[in-house]
Amino acid sequence: MPPSNFDDPDRTRRFRDQALPYLDDVYTLARYLLRDASDAEDAVQECYLRALKHFDGYRGPAMKPWLFAILRNVCHAEYARRANAAVPSLDDLPEPAQQTPLWREEQQTPEAEILRERDAATIRRLVEALAEPFKETFVLREINNLSYREIADAVGAPVGTVMSRLARARAMLRSAWMAEQEPPK
Amino acid sequence: MTCDEAEILLHALIDGELDAGHAREVEAHIAGCAACAAELAAYRKMTQEVAKADLRYTAPPALRMKIDASLPKPLPKPIPRSMSNAQGQSRRSILQGFAMGSALSALAATGLVAVVLRADDEQRIMSEVVSAHLRSLQAGHLTDVVSTDQHTVKPWFNGRLDVSPPVIDLTSKGFTLVGGRLDYIDARAIGAVVYRRRQHVINLFVSQTTNMEKRPAKTETIQGFNIRRWSDRGLNYWAISDIGADELNEFGDKFEAAVQTNTEG
Repeated sequence: MPPSNFDDPDRTRRFRDQALPYLDDVYTLARYLLRDASDAEDAVQECYLRALKHFDGYRGPAMKPWLFAILRNVCHAEYARRANAAVPSLDDLPEPAQQTPLWREEQQTPEAEILRERDAATIRRLVEALAEPFKETFVLREINNLSYREIADAVGAPVGTVMSRLARARAMLRSAWMAEQEPPK
Repeated sequence: MTCDEAEILLHALIDGELDAGHAREVEAHIAGCAACAAELAAYRKMTQEVAKADLRYTAPPALRMKIDASLPKPLPKPIPRSMSNAQGQSRRSILQGFAMGSALSALAATGLVAVVLRADDEQRIMSEVVSAHLRSLQAGHLTDVVSTDQHTVKPWFNGRLDVSPPVIDLTSKGFTLVGGRLDYIDARAIGAVVYRRRQHVINLFVSQTTNMEKRPAKTETIQGFNIRRWSDRGLNYWAISDIGADELNEFGDKFEAAVQTNTEG
C-alpha cells in the first residue's frame, strides 16, 4: 500500500535517518496530548506517513519541531473526531472537566511553598491533567526539551506567546502539585 | 522591572533563554523582591523535580515495527534496551528517547543531538563572551576595581562571586594586569580579570564548573576577536582579545604556567 513516491530508496533512507530517531519524542507528545495509548500510536503512525509524504518539501525548521507540528495537526483531527464534529481546537480548550484549578492567590509564606517530591507517575498524571494549550507548551519544554524558538516553530505561535503559556502552565502545575500535597489521609 | 514582568521572565531565566542583559535585570529585581525570589526558588525546584522524574514515554516496539514496515528497506536489527544505559546521563533525559532505536539511528541521533546541544550552548556562551568583551570596551565599563596589584584585585572578588578567580600579575611577561570586573555570562555572575598588551585589552573570564577535568585550550575567532577557552581545576576560562591568536595563546600559556607554579609552590 505504500504510495509511489515511497520508492526512492535514498530519500526513504534519509527520512529514516532523520525522523525515526525522534519516534519516542513524538510518541511522548502524543501520549500527553491524547491521553490514550492506542490513539497515540495511531496518531504517531499517521504523523510519520504524513511526514514522509511531505519530506520533499521539508526545508526546516529542525526535524523535531517539524514532526511535532505535524503530530499536532494529526491530534487536532483526533480531537475533532472525538468531539464528533463540534470543535475543541488545541488552541482553545480541551475537556473542561480535566481543567486544573487556575492560579491560586499566593498568600503562603516561602516555607509553606516548598514542593514535596512526587513520584514520576504522580507528576505525569498532574501534567496530563493540564489544560491546553498550556499542557503542550509545558511538555515540549520540560519533557521534550525544546527551546522556546523550537516550541514557537512547532506550535506556530510567537515566542512571547510561548513564554506566557509556559508561565501559566507552570503556575497551574504548581497549584495542582500543592493541592495534591495536602494529605487527604 | 515590575513583578508582573519578572513573573514571566523568571521562567526564561530558569530555562537559560535570557540574554545577559535581561538576565541581569531579572536578577536585580529578584535580589530586591522577596516575593519574586520565592517564586523563582519554587519554580526552580519544580523544574528540577520534573527533570529528575522520567516523564517520557517509550514508543512500543510494535509501533516502531509498524512504522518501520511502512518504509521500504528494513533497518539493521534493533539494539537491546540495556545498551541505552551506557549513554550516561546527559542534560536531563534528552537522550533516553533514542534508546530503543536501531543501532544506526540511535547512534546517529545521539551523536547529532550531542553535537547540536554542545554547539548551541557553547556557541551561545561564546557569543555572550564576545558581547561582554565589547561592553567592557565602552568608556568606563572596563574595570570595577582598578589595580595593577594582584593582591588588591584578587580580594576584591571575595564575596562578590562564588569562586575566587586566580589573579596573576603577568607584567613581567608582557601582559599588564589592569584590574577586575563583575560580568554576566550565561545568566550568571562571572569574574573578569583585565589585562593589557600594548593598546589591546584582554578580558579573562573565569567561572566555576562542576567538571574538574582539565580541558586543553581551543582557540576560535568570532566577529574578529580571538577567544582562547580552557578548563582546569573546576574553573572555565575564556580569554578574549583583538590581539593575534599567537599572542593570545602566549598569554594563555603564561597564565596557565603561572597558575601551575602558584598552586604547586
